Order: sequence, then C-alpha cells, then structure tokens
Amino acid sequence: MGIEVGIATIRALVVILMVLSLAGVLGWIERKGSALIQDRIGANRASIFGVAAAGLVNTLMADPLKFLTKEDILPVRADRLLHTLAPCVNLFPVIVAFAAIPFGDAITIGERTIQLQAIPLNVGMLYVLAMLSLGVYGVVLGGWASNDRLSLLGGIRGSAQMISYEIGMGLSIVAIVMTFGTLDLQEMVRLQGHLIHGWLPAWGILYQPLAFLIFLCTGIAESKRVPFDLPEGESELVSGYFTEYSGIKYLMFFMTDFAEVAVVAGLVTTLFFGGWQIPYLLSDGFHFPGGAALLLPRLLVVLLQVAAFMVKVLLFCWLQILLRWTLPRLRYDQLMRFGWRGLLPLALANMLATATVVLAVGGPT
Amino acid sequence: MILLGLGLLVMLMMLSLAGVVAVGGIALASINLGHVVFALLASLMILSALGVIVNRSPIRSALSLVVTLFLLAVMFVSLDAHLVAMLQIIVYAGAIMVLFLFVIMLLNLHEDRPAMVRVGVRGFAGLVGTLFFLGAVHFLMRPLGALPAAGAVPPGFGTIEQLAEQLFTRSLLAFEVTSILLLVAIVGAVVLAKRKLA
Amino acid sequence: MTLVPIQLYLILGAVLFTIGAVGVLVRRNVIVIFMSIELMLNAVNLVFVAFARQWQSMEGQVTVFFVMTVAAAEAAVGLAIIIAAFRNRETVNADELNFLRW
Repeated sequence: MGIEVGIATIRALVVILMVLSLAGVLGWIERKGSALIQDRIGANRASIFGVAAAGLVNTLMADPLKFLTKEDILPVRADRLLHTLAPCVNLFPVIVAFAAIPFGDAITIGERTIQLQAIPLNVGMLYVLAMLSLGVYGVVLGGWASNDRLSLLGGIRGSAQMISYEIGMGLSIVAIVMTFGTLDLQEMVRLQGHLIHGWLPAWGILYQPLAFLIFLCTGIAESKRVPFDLPEGESELVSGYFTEYSGIKYLMFFMTDFAEVAVVAGLVTTLFFGGWQIPYLLSDGFHFPGGAALLLPRLLVVLLQVAAFMVKVLLFCWLQILLRWTLPRLRYDQLMRFGWRGLLPLALANMLATATVVLAVGGPT
Repeated sequence: MILLGLGLLVMLMMLSLAGVVAVGGIALASINLGHVVFALLASLMILSALGVIVNRSPIRSALSLVVTLFLLAVMFVSLDAHLVAMLQIIVYAGAIMVLFLFVIMLLNLHEDRPAMVRVGVRGFAGLVGTLFFLGAVHFLMRPLGALPAAGAVPPGFGTIEQLAEQLFTRSLLAFEVTSILLLVAIVGAVVLAKRKLA
Repeated sequence: MTLVPIQLYLILGAVLFTIGAVGVLVRRNVIVIFMSIELMLNAVNLVFVAFARQWQSMEGQVTVFFVMTVAAAEAAVGLAIIIAAFRNRETVNADELNFLRW
C-alpha cells in the first residue's frame, strides 16, 4: 500500500520536473531560435568566467535570478490576495495537465507493472481538456486584480479568446476519440502501434489530418501565442493582462506560456504522431515488414521509446516557436471570426464525416 | 458577524460530522488513508462553502465556490465517478463559474456594504438552516435501514462507456429534451442580455 | 481498503446544502444568492454520486449529468436576467430590485 503511494508520487514528481525543465529549456530555445530565424546572435552577454555557453548562462541562470530578485510591485488599490493568486492559478493547471500524457510503455519491475504516465486515467483526454479549461481563471484574475483598465481589457480579451477556441479544440478531439474509440491516452498510443496494410504505422495524422490542423491552431490560440497573442499584445497593450506584474509573478506567467507550449506539443504527439511509438518497434525489438527483425533487451526498447517521445515533443515545441516568429498577429475581430466562423464549423464537419466513416467501417480502429 | 442562529448551526454541523467520523472510526477499528483523505476534503469543502456566503467581495465568493467545486470533483474521483468528476471541472468550474466571474467583472462589483441582511433576520435564517439540516439528515438516513454491505464496485463503474450506455438507452428522451433546453437557454440568454436596438 | 461509510457523504451533502440555503436567505447580492443556489445543486450532486456507488447503479451518475446541464442552462439565463435588471436599476441588491412590487 505504501509502495503504491510511493510509486505514484515518483511518477508525479518525474512529470512535474519534466514539464518545468522543458519550460526552462524552451525559454532558451525561443531566444536562440528566434535569433537564428531573424539572422542575429541573440542573448550572449551573461557569462561565467568568459564561458557564455551559447546563451544558456544568460537565459537559464541570469534571467531567472534577475526575475527572482526584482521588487514585487503591487498596484494601488489592487486586491493583494488576487494579485498574488493569479499567477499561481495560471501556472497550476498547465503543469498538471501533462499528468495524463504517457511518455512510455508500461515497464515491469519484479512483479509490479509501472505505467509511465503520472495518472493512468480512463478519461485521460477529458482530464487534459478540464485542466486546459481551468487556464481561463489565471487570465481573468490577472486582468481584474491589477485594477487597471488596460490589464482588464487584456484579461477579458484573453479569456474570451480562450473559451472560444476551447470549443474548437474539444470538437477536434471528439473526432480523434471516435477514430480510436477510447479516451485513455495510453490506450490511444498503443493503438497507434498497429500497422495499416502491414507496413504503414497507424498514426493519428493519417486518419485525421484536418483534426490535427484544427487542434494545432486551437492549441496555439489557447496558449495565447502569436499569431493569437493579442491579449498579450506586446506592441499594443504593453503586456496585456500581466502588465502590472513584476519579479517572480511575471516569471510564473512567462513559464505558463512555455509550459503550455510543452503541453500542446505533448498532446499533438500523443494524439496524432504515435506518442512514444517508434514505427516497427515492438516490445521486444524491431520487426520490419519485410520479415527482418532486430531483437533488443526490454530496457533498451523502453529507453528508445521515451527518447522518441521527448524528441517528438521538442520537435513540436520548435514548430510552435517557428510559427511565432514567422506569422503576423491576428487582429482581435479576425481572431474571433477565425475561431467561431472558421474552425468551429470545420471541426463540426470533420466530426460528422468521421462519425459517418466510423459507422460505415463498423467501429473504431 | 456570525450570530446566535448561525453559530448554533455551525456548531451542530461540526459536532455531527465529528461524531459520525468518530463512530465510524471506532466501528471499523481503523482509520486508513481513505478516511484521512475524506476528512481533509470534507473540512476544506465546508470552509470554502462558508467562504462563499461570508465573503464581502463577490469575486472572492466566486473563487471560494470554484475551490468548493474543485474539491467536490476530487471527492467524485474517490467515489469511483471519474467521468462525472471531469465533467464537473469542465462544465461547472471551467464554464459556469467563468460566466459568473465575467458578469461580476462586467458589472464592476466591488465589496458589498453591508454584506448580509440585518441581525434579526440572520438569526432567523440560522434557525431555519438548522431545521433544514436536521430534516435533510433525517430524510437521507431513513432509507438506509436495509442496506446491502457496500462492496467493491464492478469494473468499469463510472467510466464513460457505462454512462453512455445508460444515457443513450434508458435516458434517451431526457437527453434529447436537455439538448432542446440548452438551445432555448442560449437563445434566451443572448436575447435578454442584448442592448435594445432602438 | 475499507470504504468510507456512506453516512459521512450524506451528512457532508446535508451540510453543504444547508450552507447554500442559509446563503440564499442571508445575502443581499443577487449574484451571491445565485452562487448559493449552485452550491445547493452541487450538494445534491454529491448525494446522488454517493448513492450511485452505494447501490452500484449508474442511474445516479446519469442524474448528476442532467443536473449539471440544467444548472448550466439556468446559470446562463439567470445571469442574463441579472445583467438586464442591472442595466435598468444600476444595482444588484435584492432589496432594490423590486420591479414587481406595486
């Protein structure tokens, strides 16, 4: 009984550490990556004994230290409790949303089977959706607690945008859930290990390309990144709903941004790109469709799968960073129109088409 | 601020809860993790529910209610109702309460002064509340006379497959009527909140 | 692991329901009254789910599903009414929203 609790705690800690370190590393990737895209050098001033480590010292040590030691400013007549609560409420759901995402197959130590997933839930997909929908509170409270018109405007815009795109996200997920016939994320990844016609890995994107695009758009809109970042409006509303925050509270808002990038990347990998599956890699080694097989020890297989998951997640994080520094920002009415009159009908049509096909074929995969 | 009636009520509730927990603990001859989790959740829930009715600022009341709903969802998970717990977070805590927060911000409501009705009515409300509580407990405990011992739930209890099976066969009419109800509610809310075009 | 006896859940449900009822009686702000009503609905949900587990029937959880839906619809319409009334009277105090009194 105690061991069960211990194992569950370790799994949860592993996931939390993964998300937090990913959020930190993403900060560095963003700055150096954007510099690469914009043909400049990027952050390289801070160094220890002359070693700048390609901006790592700057982004991962100097910047957080700077944020932590800044003065914490509370605006006049602002609600102190809400002002302090808003960044925490913003960060918490995004970190725990990663808990239902599996990062490896189940491993067996002794006679105990351990799932490589912080919480093996039957309704895992709904759990992630629930946590993402709780993200609205951080924005709303952040805008309101600053007691400032522009922040409130940013907060209301941000939350309206989030709840509009939530609907599109939910509908695109319904299509993929219908295809796989389960809400359990680990089960979905296992089903993507099968082969269509004997040689094509049954990844979600082959079944639902439109749902992938819709999900990517809505996911980026949920995290309020460019091209959907008008609530932050860096060139218009100063920082939108987190203008009045400084120091560690600002750091928390910033981390939420990157943590959500990681969550969206993790979800895209799990739903559409096979999660931890490597094509043709079964639990005892590679089995190629020609008949050739390469047997590997189980531990190596598991490590390969976890590494594959991390690589795929990083790839999609990089995709989101690329999108940020390439596309211009959508105006607010364009944004809302895109969400309600573009993505929502598309997602509905996709859902209907999927339902017809699933019925015709006689059941999910 | 909590006067005689309310004070009596709170004391009665705490005493009954403590009493039943003690009796239950003694009867089972052990307090295990489930009990500890329940006790923690229940006390936090009561505190945040009290926070809803006691806070001066409507935003803090709304946030207390969000906390209560979240704790309720956790309790649903412990009661093997996983799907209902997720729905609680998505629908109640994630949508309805956001609507409440939006309205409070739209109407720009700050603190209520005074927050509650005058003292005499408060005492009367406390008395009525006590009567409610005693009546509720009486009516809830009554059908438990001939109760089968609570065993482990069947596998798959509380999952979406079983809920859907029930929903789309025996409760199909209610399901369809509910969808019409939601449509009516959407149209009604939009019409009521619109500014007059005149 | 022995389960928590259902009586505890029922008492907790009764406690939450009473807190909600007292909130409706005691507060003046119409929105807070509304929130207390939502609290009462949630207490009832808790009792339903507890009984569903006790009698191992999914009926309780289906009922909770419907209660949640109706609560959502009711919240939307009720808040729209409050907004409309606020536009007319500039107040959300229940004592001052006395349109129907002659």
